[in-house]
Amino acid sequence: MEAGSKIDHHLFVRENREVVFSDATLEKVRSLIRRYPEGRQKSALLPILHIAQEEMGGYLSVDTMDYVASLLDIKPVEVYEVATFYSMFYLEKMGKYVLEVCHTGPCSICGGEEVLQHIKEYLHIETGETTPDGMFTLKEVECLGACGSGPSMQVNTEFHDHMTVKQVEKLIDSLRRKSEEEESSKGWAEQFS
Amino acid sequence: MGRAVLLDKVNVPGIRDFGVYREHGGYRSVDKALGEMTPAQVQQEVIKSGLRGRGGAGFPTGLKWSFLDRKSDKPRYLVCNADESEPGTFKDRYLMEHLPHLLIEGLILSSYALGVKTCYIYIRGEFKYLVGILETAISQAKKNNYVGERILGTGFSLEIYVHPGAGAYICGEETALLESLEGKRGNPRIKPPFPAYKGLYDCPTVVNNVETLATITPIIGMGGEAYAALGIGKSTGTKLMSACGNINKPGVYEIEMGLPVEDFIYSDEYCGGIKNGRMLKAVIPGGSSVPILPADLALNTARSEARLLSYESLSEGGFESGSMLGSGGFIVYDEDACIVRNTWNLTRFYRHESCGQCSPCREGTGWMEKILYRLEHGQGRRSDIDLLVRVAKNIEGNTICPLGDAAAWPVASAIRHFRGEFLEHIK
Amino acid sequence: MLRITIDNILIEVEEGTTILQAARMIGGGVVPPAMCYYSKLKGSGGKCRTCLVKVAQGSAKDPRPMPKLVASCSTPVQDGMVVENKISVEVQQAREGIVELLLLNHPLDCPVCDQAGECDLQDLAFGFGMEETETIEPRREYPVVDIGPLIKLHMNRCIHCYRCVLTAEQITKKRAHGMLYRGDTMEISTFIQTAIENDFSGNMIDVCPVGALTDRTFRFKSRVWFLNPMNAHRECSSCGGKVTAWMFGSEIYRVTGRKDRFGELEEFICNECRFEKKDISDWVIEGPRKIKRQSVISGNQYEHLKKGSIIHPIEGTTEPQE
Repeated sequence: MEAGSKIDHHLFVRENREVVFSDATLEKVRSLIRRYPEGRQKSALLPILHIAQEEMGGYLSVDTMDYVASLLDIKPVEVYEVATFYSMFYLEKMGKYVLEVCHTGPCSICGGEEVLQHIKEYLHIETGETTPDGMFTLKEVECLGACGSGPSMQVNTEFHDHMTVKQVEKLIDSLRRKSEEEESSKGWAEQFS
Repeated sequence: MGRAVLLDKVNVPGIRDFGVYREHGGYRSVDKALGEMTPAQVQQEVIKSGLRGRGGAGFPTGLKWSFLDRKSDKPRYLVCNADESEPGTFKDRYLMEHLPHLLIEGLILSSYALGVKTCYIYIRGEFKYLVGILETAISQAKKNNYVGERILGTGFSLEIYVHPGAGAYICGEETALLESLEGKRGNPRIKPPFPAYKGLYDCPTVVNNVETLATITPIIGMGGEAYAALGIGKSTGTKLMSACGNINKPGVYEIEMGLPVEDFIYSDEYCGGIKNGRMLKAVIPGGSSVPILPADLALNTARSEARLLSYESLSEGGFESGSMLGSGGFIVYDEDACIVRNTWNLTRFYRHESCGQCSPCREGTGWMEKILYRLEHGQGRRSDIDLLVRVAKNIEGNTICPLGDAAAWPVASAIRHFRGEFLEHIK
Repeated sequence: MLRITIDNILIEVEEGTTILQAARMIGGGVVPPAMCYYSKLKGSGGKCRTCLVKVAQGSAKDPRPMPKLVASCSTPVQDGMVVENKISVEVQQAREGIVELLLLNHPLDCPVCDQAGECDLQDLAFGFGMEETETIEPRREYPVVDIGPLIKLHMNRCIHCYRCVLTAEQITKKRAHGMLYRGDTMEISTFIQTAIENDFSGNMIDVCPVGALTDRTFRFKSRVWFLNPMNAHRECSSCGGKVTAWMFGSEIYRVTGRKDRFGELEEFICNECRFEKKDISDWVIEGPRKIKRQSVISGNQYEHLKKGSIIHPIEGTTEPQE
């Protein structure tokens, strides 16, 4: 949105697909809600949206958000308001691997701009786009809090730092190779003990 | 090397584990406080230590605690601000990753002093991997009866929960953080009322930064007076500095307050000098929100005294020739850095992170970003420079929260010190 | 009781009163403009920053001035407080700056806007706006969102005051729209394609300070200053049935709630009264509604005005031109 003036929001569609968490996830959701005082269950919205996004296809569809609203007994629009505010929530289907490259000050002066440019050329996509095979989505993000080891980036919330043009090529190639395998990093639900 | 009181055991293998941490003197401060001290005495030590908020504002911690409404019969909350998102700042992340128990210990001590039974750690969502590290540390502490019901057999009980954010710099502002913790958009609240009276769920609440709360552990361990003996003047103790940019050794360093900026940049113990033998051009000493200083003013004040890493010395000269210690996010620029491009970059950050709630910040950050974009891309007008100064002035001081100031200062200071470079960008 | 001085005028108010409320008790020129505050909506205020004032003395106990200008709508009065509004150059300059920012992305399409003539932003710009703007950036453009047959949402005109969101939350049963996204892309929207439907949704139109939410059943029918606002009432099972009927001859062009001298609704009205009762036989017409003298709506009723008089939009006073 550098110097842009046209806002590219659009309305979303309620597809009325059934969305249900597994029993194990529901148990985790209930224990998360218990962390907050009675009547303050809305507090659990952010952690639950993280879990929902991860377990429901990597983004928050209207149906997913409506389901979360019903779990927390709040209005659907309260979820839409929150989901659109925080930059980690995606409203549309993303690539299997979301490459989020930090482009803020410190990373930018340490080679972040070159890394970003190289990813664009290597994958033939622009920021915000997904490769035709649905494998990679490229995003520019603001400071990831890893300025000392920049340029830094995240692949689906997993940190990678000290990126160089060579490093990032290697990373992309290895992600391609492991795309058939399961995700190695622990999910959001598993983070909470 | 100055004395390390936070990171002294950071290199002990396995220190993230409760057992190892305990073996190396961990949780002794809690033993001491719960065994020998009243909550008021714990708070008294914090007041004596002279500790000031390490999140950026530098407000005295003991004083902040004394504002807590103790007459209310509502539950009180302690919220640990781990939403570290200020560009250039990565000390809290380092601390939580390597020494989670130091923070947990500080949370227990602070909760005891404040009469808090529930504590939330609000951590930025991007630090997902740290959520697991902290939760593990909490459950280890719980197994050893340092967290949970009737801690160490006393009447004091405490639950600590980790709560992730989801990508919003503004949630580092304490009332936006509370809104976010309540499951809402991160819109800062209108003050008054202050969190000490109406905070989380409208209950009395204290919000402190990770480093601040972790520092309570050594303060209780060594005593407030011993801690206050470290440092210089009203900048007592040590501070974590996160150094980045064009330096040889980026990283997190614990310095004793009062270390000369020159030593910090050039000593091999710290930043190790400018990368590739280049010249120093400018420094942002306290995270992207504080005014940028050209090399000469970064090393020496306008009165030709050595500039020190302390609250007072860094702000010496006011906004004319000084800056701020802020969060300790120390960004170094070499002679090749383009100040205009950097200012545009940071302004883009503030535009992206403005919550949009109040008009000066919502509209002003966007306007400044558009002007700076044009300047950087060869479409600047001569009048744009003064226009930027004017827009920054219209934002500064007129917004609900400090994000407006944080967006205005970098622009105003860059033009103040590097006007010539801005002019060169105009064809 | 607490004593507060605003622009050298002393008044006593009850504890808990805000500076803006105290100023409204005094009335006239000392009242700061307010674009987002609405006394009947809990949690409103603090956002637009047009009501900023200078606190020259914090209280009798602590006479230090406050370091920054404060939002008068959300700052409680302290005993012995001294406030400067109109008499402070600093406040006037800050307000000019805020108005410039509020207009920065506003389309300035008053000639085709139904709100013209009763628009708070228009009044504000008239009072504090600069004659020229220095901006050359293209103005923000939102995609059009259809929120149903009764209310027209024109997002480009929105100043993000939150009043309609608070109204929907507090007056209606089920809020379907909200404030979405953030920063300068923040948007009032339903997020999904849906009409805003509930018995009191029309009040969002009345609380909107600008032309972002207008009455679709009145769209482009007439300029408000060509109509005669009449107090009218009817027996209504869902609301008090006290309205302003905007008439041309014996025809009712539109129905709104009754607004007080600060532009706030006296009572919220239901959608049936607002949108469905447009026949004169539906109403008992009480008589002409008193409109602020400075409003263009009452322009034709200024019989006492001398030729060549000028009208000061903010102070609301009229005085002969030199």
